[in-house]
Amino acid sequence: MIEVKNIHKSFDGIEVLKGISTTFDKGKTNLIIGQSGSGKTVFIKCLLGLFDYEEGCISYDGKIFSQLSEDEKRNLRADIGMVFQGSALFDSMTIAENVMFPLKMFTKQSKSEMEDRVDFVLKRVNLIDAHKKMPSEASGGMQKRVAIARAIVNKPMYLFCDEPNSGLDPKTAIIIDNLIREITDEYDITTVINSHDMNSVMEIGEKIVFLKDGLKAWEGSKETIFKTDNKVVTDFVYSSELMKKVRQMYIEEKQ
Amino acid sequence: MTYLNYIGAYFLMIAEMFRKPTKWSVMKQLILKDVDDLIIGSLGIVAFISFFVGGVVTIQTALNIDNPLIPKYLVGFATRQSVILEFAPTFISIIMAGKVGSFITSSIGTMRVTEQIDALEVMGINSLNYLVFPKFIALLLYPFVISIAMFLGILGGMAACVYGGFSSLDDYIIGIQTDFTPFHITYAFIKTFVFAFILATIPSYHGYFMKGGALEVGKASTTSFVWTSVVIILLNYILTQMLLS
Repeated sequence: MIEVKNIHKSFDGIEVLKGISTTFDKGKTNLIIGQSGSGKTVFIKCLLGLFDYEEGCISYDGKIFSQLSEDEKRNLRADIGMVFQGSALFDSMTIAENVMFPLKMFTKQSKSEMEDRVDFVLKRVNLIDAHKKMPSEASGGMQKRVAIARAIVNKPMYLFCDEPNSGLDPKTAIIIDNLIREITDEYDITTVINSHDMNSVMEIGEKIVFLKDGLKAWEGSKETIFKTDNKVVTDFVYSSELMKKVRQMYIEEKQ
Repeated sequence: MTYLNYIGAYFLMIAEMFRKPTKWSVMKQLILKDVDDLIIGSLGIVAFISFFVGGVVTIQTALNIDNPLIPKYLVGFATRQSVILEFAPTFISIIMAGKVGSFITSSIGTMRVTEQIDALEVMGINSLNYLVFPKFIALLLYPFVISIAMFLGILGGMAACVYGGFSSLDDYIIGIQTDFTPFHITYAFIKTFVFAFILATIPSYHGYFMKGGALEVGKASTTSFVWTSVVIILLNYILTQMLLS
């Protein structure tokens, strides 16, 4: 479980995060949603320790991140997998080398053991025969799947995804969403996903944290988001005609 | 004040570069790749420029010696001194600031823009050690490039001198052997090592700390070239003052 207490973060005197507190549960897909500029990416980067924050504390299963020594932070980070918005695959490496990278850096496995593990995770994300391709030769959906494979290859305890299905067609986006949910269940890990895609929310949002202007405006699940009357949330979630109809159908069904 | 901040950040970057070393088995491959990219990949252009600039130095020297009392072998002497003292270590370093420096800034800058550096940091890898240290080690072979530049510069001078009819081969060879001071080679290589460090670190700094997108990568490469050249020229003056005067 990841526990966040009263996180404040500013850039050049402008407060971007204004005291966010929440928890991200183990074995669940936790979604952070909100409009562009609401502070989602800054928040996830604070969680990962990529940004220092001025106030508050973040603890990973009771270990307060800011109080850890450099070595302890390094060990903790070996337990974190991250899928970046743009995949962040290393251009100079093949897909197999990208996936093998965390194993090379953090384990003492033999080459054949590493290759076996890479084969296994690439199969797990439905990428077969892509080992020797360069990231530039892979489609957006493939790149995301490679990024997921790289994130899980070292059996992490925490998985972070920054807009994992941005720029993907709806069908591929659902495949990626389902893959993340299956992996979360399979490995019983804490997964935190940054998204503004309402399909993701409805598909995999076991816990949802809604951010608005650097504040937590609402917290719930995909079931409760239909029932909420919180105007800030409904304005965001039901901004499209399609979502308005979905909600209407849901309410009618309940009646 | 801003410049002091930049200078401070640069030295902090250098200190960080030596901390938390990357696993040797991985680092070894990175160093070999950087030797290939930065050293072997530069040999062609360095050889081409050195040979022809050596020739030009010889022709200009020969054309400016119109007094019959001045011996012909001075053409070789002047070429050797110009090439060893200034052309090979400094002029080639400025060219390398354009070639190697831009490559380093744009490759690290692109990694910054595409969040590859963040990916390294999230994995708990010291990204500065991973990215900059191998370049620094690879550029320790830079004196090898400069030795080739010296040799080809003098050889180019010889070709221009002999085939241009400015003096005989014997005169040229006497010239390049006249009043040879071994310390001049030491001086040139001391400069070369300092410039190698500058070539590895200043472009890395501009790439690593850049902000923005693809356009900014281009701007960072240009800024990196300008600052690397300025620092090389300044240090050239300071080192010459310290070592030769």
